[in-house]
Amino acid sequence: MADFRMPSLGADMEHGKVVEWLVKPGDYVHKGDLVAAVDTDKTVMDIESFQEGVVAEFLVDIGDTVDVGTPIARITATPAELPPSQPQPPAPPLTSGTLSPDARSPLATEAPTPAHLGAEGGHAEPSAKISPPVRHLAHTLGVDVGRISGSGDDGEVTRDDVERAAEASGAGERHVEARATEVPSPPAEARRVRSSPLARRLAAELGVDLSGLAGTGPGGAVTEEDVLSGVPPKKPQTDEAAEAPPSDAHTPEPGVPLEEAPKRQRPTAVGGKAESLRQAIGALMSRSKKEIPHYYLSTTLDLAAAMAWMQAANQQRPVSSRLVPSALLLKATALAAKEVPDMNGFFTKGAFQPSSGVHLGVAVALRHGGLVAPALHDADTLTLDELMDQLRDLVGRARAGRLQRAEMADPTITVTNLGDLGVESVYGVIYPPQVAMVGFGKVLEQPWAHNGMLGIRHAATATLSADHRVSDGLRGGRFLARIDELLQAPENL
Amino acid sequence: MNDQDARQAVGAAIGKVAPDVEPEDLEGGARLRQDLELDSLDFLRLVQVIAETTGVDIPEADYPAVATVDGLVTYVAGHG
Repeated sequence: MADFRMPSLGADMEHGKVVEWLVKPGDYVHKGDLVAAVDTDKTVMDIESFQEGVVAEFLVDIGDTVDVGTPIARITATPAELPPSQPQPPAPPLTSGTLSPDARSPLATEAPTPAHLGAEGGHAEPSAKISPPVRHLAHTLGVDVGRISGSGDDGEVTRDDVERAAEASGAGERHVEARATEVPSPPAEARRVRSSPLARRLAAELGVDLSGLAGTGPGGAVTEEDVLSGVPPKKPQTDEAAEAPPSDAHTPEPGVPLEEAPKRQRPTAVGGKAESLRQAIGALMSRSKKEIPHYYLSTTLDLAAAMAWMQAANQQRPVSSRLVPSALLLKATALAAKEVPDMNGFFTKGAFQPSSGVHLGVAVALRHGGLVAPALHDADTLTLDELMDQLRDLVGRARAGRLQRAEMADPTITVTNLGDLGVESVYGVIYPPQVAMVGFGKVLEQPWAHNGMLGIRHAATATLSADHRVSDGLRGGRFLARIDELLQAPENL
Repeated sequence: MNDQDARQAVGAAIGKVAPDVEPEDLEGGARLRQDLELDSLDFLRLVQVIAETTGVDIPEADYPAVATVDGLVTYVAGHG
């Protein structure tokens, strides 16, 4: 059993709002499958599962805004692998077509998104005939009902069957033990507790056993207030909070102090997206300037060869596959970053971890203000055409506000191409935990002295902002010089 | 293509590429890059949309002639 937590979608992300579930309870998800769409201060992103298993239940409702690290769904390992679990808030049993309507109805009211469940019984697990409470017991005990032959009417799996199976595997015993040590008065079997998703989530976070609470909500359902009132004064739960977010090395400080829990229903997007984005950028850039000792370099790139090559190439191409200068600049940067690893990676926990892949963040200005810097993955390995296609796609989706988690979370170096809109040079602020930011100014025709002659060439100013904890100007200078060298042979990019 | 059709096609194409640009921003003298803030990818997409909707393919060498709304309208009207 694992909590699927609100992931960090960038060093500056503190909370996110679930705007869409891309799975439903009962779905089998593989590592990497998209699970939900999350609205951050910056954009809407699809987030993927970090584990494999069955989606047991949602812990938040559509529209809920929660802190990074907050459990938002439960994903159960395949039953055979289930570790003995401590009492969990009830998972809605996987509905299947075999359930009689009256057996389902009380459950349907508890399922967070009945709309997703309805009529889709075909997706539920293969239906051994089983009543919901028994199914839930099996779920809790880690018993695969598919492997039990039922002894009841019509082969229905009974409570006894499940308990026998659990004993046979030993899972039940361990389960009961675990409960006995942790819960003062454990009911003999998991008791279903009516509760709202919010209440379940709070309970999971605060370590409150829902079954020990008297519900005051409709039908005796346990409400958020009931959970909060059930919090023991001194909570020994800090370790659970501290292990919060997923395993990305560069997620921000995990521990969400428990004291903040009740506050978590924070108003979403105070004052609109543009303002919250502005705040997020401000916070991140302040952190960068406070923590990262930047040094700055600049050089002028000779783009005569690159522009001549590109213009000749574009003449042969339909408009749909034409290149822009940015594509060449990005590719050269990615190759140079591969060669000068001190520019490419993350500075976390007091040390630099170079990255083996070059995931090139591309700063994209958003039309309503602000910017995001999603990644072109393994940009050094892409052909120019592939890079161009992905760049179009990425920028389009960034503007439309539909990026994926990985794109936001894992650039290893970022490029800002503000020159595209006119400035001659741009000195970027490094995105923590990255260690370098490359800026390209406007591609201009400039007077250029070469071999004792003055001519006119396309040129652009390239700048580097880099982290002095990781590299010095000499290395940074080599990196910029390498970008220039690579651009002299554009056909090899 | 007459000037009016061209202007309409240009307006529609810009609206598609940059939905936030208001119709009243589309003055004839407005510069696509500086005033409407289309970046090079937006501009390329605009050229693509124009090609799809009007059949007018603007080669890269002619980009300077279509830097403004009027320039683009004239170009489309003249080549369509």
